[in-house]
Amino acid sequence: MRYFAARFLQTLFLLVGVSFLTFLFSAMAPGNYVDEMRLNPQISPEALASLRARYQLDQPLPVRYARWLVSLAHGELGYSFAYNTPVAPLLWVRARNTLLLTLTATLITWALALLLGIWSAQTLGRLPDRALSLASAALLAIPDLVLALGLLILAARSGKFPTGGLVSVNFEALSLFEKVRDLANHMTLPIAALVLTTLPVLVRHIRSAMAEVLDAPFLRAAAAHGIPRRKLVYRYALRAAAHPLISLFGFSVGTLLSGSLLVEIVMSWPGLGPLLLEAILARDLYVVIGGVLFSMLFLVLGNFLADLLLYWADPRIRARAGAK
Amino acid sequence: MEPLLHVENLEKRYETGGLFGVTKKVTAFADVSFALRPQTTLALVGASGAGKSTLASCIACLETPTSGRILFEHREITGLNEKQLRAVRPRIQLVFQDPVSSLNPRLNILDIVTEPLNIHRRLSEHEKREHARELLDRVEISWEKVLRNPEELSGGQKQRVAIARALALKPKLLILDEALSALDASVQAQIANLLLDLQCSLGLTYLFITHDLKMAAHLADEIAVMQNGRIVELGAAERVFRNPAHEMTRQLVKAHSGKDLTPGLV
Repeated sequence: MRYFAARFLQTLFLLVGVSFLTFLFSAMAPGNYVDEMRLNPQISPEALASLRARYQLDQPLPVRYARWLVSLAHGELGYSFAYNTPVAPLLWVRARNTLLLTLTATLITWALALLLGIWSAQTLGRLPDRALSLASAALLAIPDLVLALGLLILAARSGKFPTGGLVSVNFEALSLFEKVRDLANHMTLPIAALVLTTLPVLVRHIRSAMAEVLDAPFLRAAAAHGIPRRKLVYRYALRAAAHPLISLFGFSVGTLLSGSLLVEIVMSWPGLGPLLLEAILARDLYVVIGGVLFSMLFLVLGNFLADLLLYWADPRIRARAGAK
Repeated sequence: MEPLLHVENLEKRYETGGLFGVTKKVTAFADVSFALRPQTTLALVGASGAGKSTLASCIACLETPTSGRILFEHREITGLNEKQLRAVRPRIQLVFQDPVSSLNPRLNILDIVTEPLNIHRRLSEHEKREHARELLDRVEISWEKVLRNPEELSGGQKQRVAIARALALKPKLLILDEALSALDASVQAQIANLLLDLQCSLGLTYLFITHDLKMAAHLADEIAVMQNGRIVELGAAERVFRNPAHEMTRQLVKAHSGKDLTPGLV
């Protein structure tokens, strides 16, 4: 229990640190939302000054940070200049869409990566392994952006998949089953892009972790005892290899999140990605900070989940935590 | 006496490569034949890369030889499927070189030594403890250590646990794959003596794989010297050690005699 409490405090500390740093860096960046308006001759200097006062851009940084914290406590996360509304509700809708994408992609990627990685490790140096190595090297060599654009072209040519958006225009009129199918249709391309960009790294890690364990004497001994191959691989070896793989899980959540920002923009998926991009271009400060914080929160939760899994999977960590 | 294990013209070749790579054929060993009488020890001696361990894997049915036959208790065990092997596997067990990676780090000593029994039938907690007590007694590991994790044991103790695990299924043939090589000299001697005791009391047959000719001469009745995947000399241990016929054997003897010739300086 103390192990989790400690981890939780660490997480909280990390989030506060990240929020402060994003605040600091965005404040250091030249220009702000009102500065852009100054170029417009129709807006008088007095109006600009009053806007600046209203958005509290004339206050010193610590005061702004403190006010932002208060706003955070109210669940608002500051105020969007461009949308003229509190940031939190704005982000929530987008974050939900991003989460839908990344969670599904995480599940699919890991299911595929485990199957392929284990298969590769079992046929080490033989044809399936070499074919998989070649394929993953090829995928690794293609930049994410090119892959996403390639998928878009494919979709546009074949006309089988929609090339953007969350749902069809007539979504509300559809039955529940059709709604699910429509959503899945729209998700296919972004998820394919995410899975294909993350998969090769995972397959390679799983392959090497499993290959190392499968060769370990204690597994050879178990094989000599007559433990069936399938049980040997999926129960014994996978458990022994779990440690690096679970740490990798936390890492993969990070890559999927950052990957999803890009994929969302390219495939116009209404997630945090496009919102964040627009906010950065418009210097909509609090939306940027909120968006970064949300991504960070997901990332940290992913790593926290990995820690929990590790604790569950490895008796040595449990013993050490219990001894303290 | 009828041999327990009979190896005839055994050969193992690997093929690596394929799919845009150049296919290479590597011969691990070839033309290997020997017989092993029950309750005796045959030592396979050779430098690393001579094909000893691959040979051991083939005899333990962990790998399939490319050609040749292995007869165990008058029955051909090459080419059996996994189901047919189920009856053979408990009779042939292995002890490996590295005591650390030999034991599953996720299990305690109790589970490690009773794991083999669990495969064949589910044990009750009481049965498990009884079996473990008997096995650990045989290898002189004190009962207090039974719930510890392997990382808390010394190298020699780990190797004793590995031997106990190998004995769990009451094997006839024990393959000792460099089982003493990772231990320091005094522990080596203790484990060697333990192995000799166990051979007497349980009627075990050993296939002892080592690069250490002196240890082979100490433990084995017969010695087979391997070089580049072939047996180059095979004979009674005493004769091979005292009067080596092949150049490879002479080199192995020389590897030790350096120490023996200058006793005053050691």
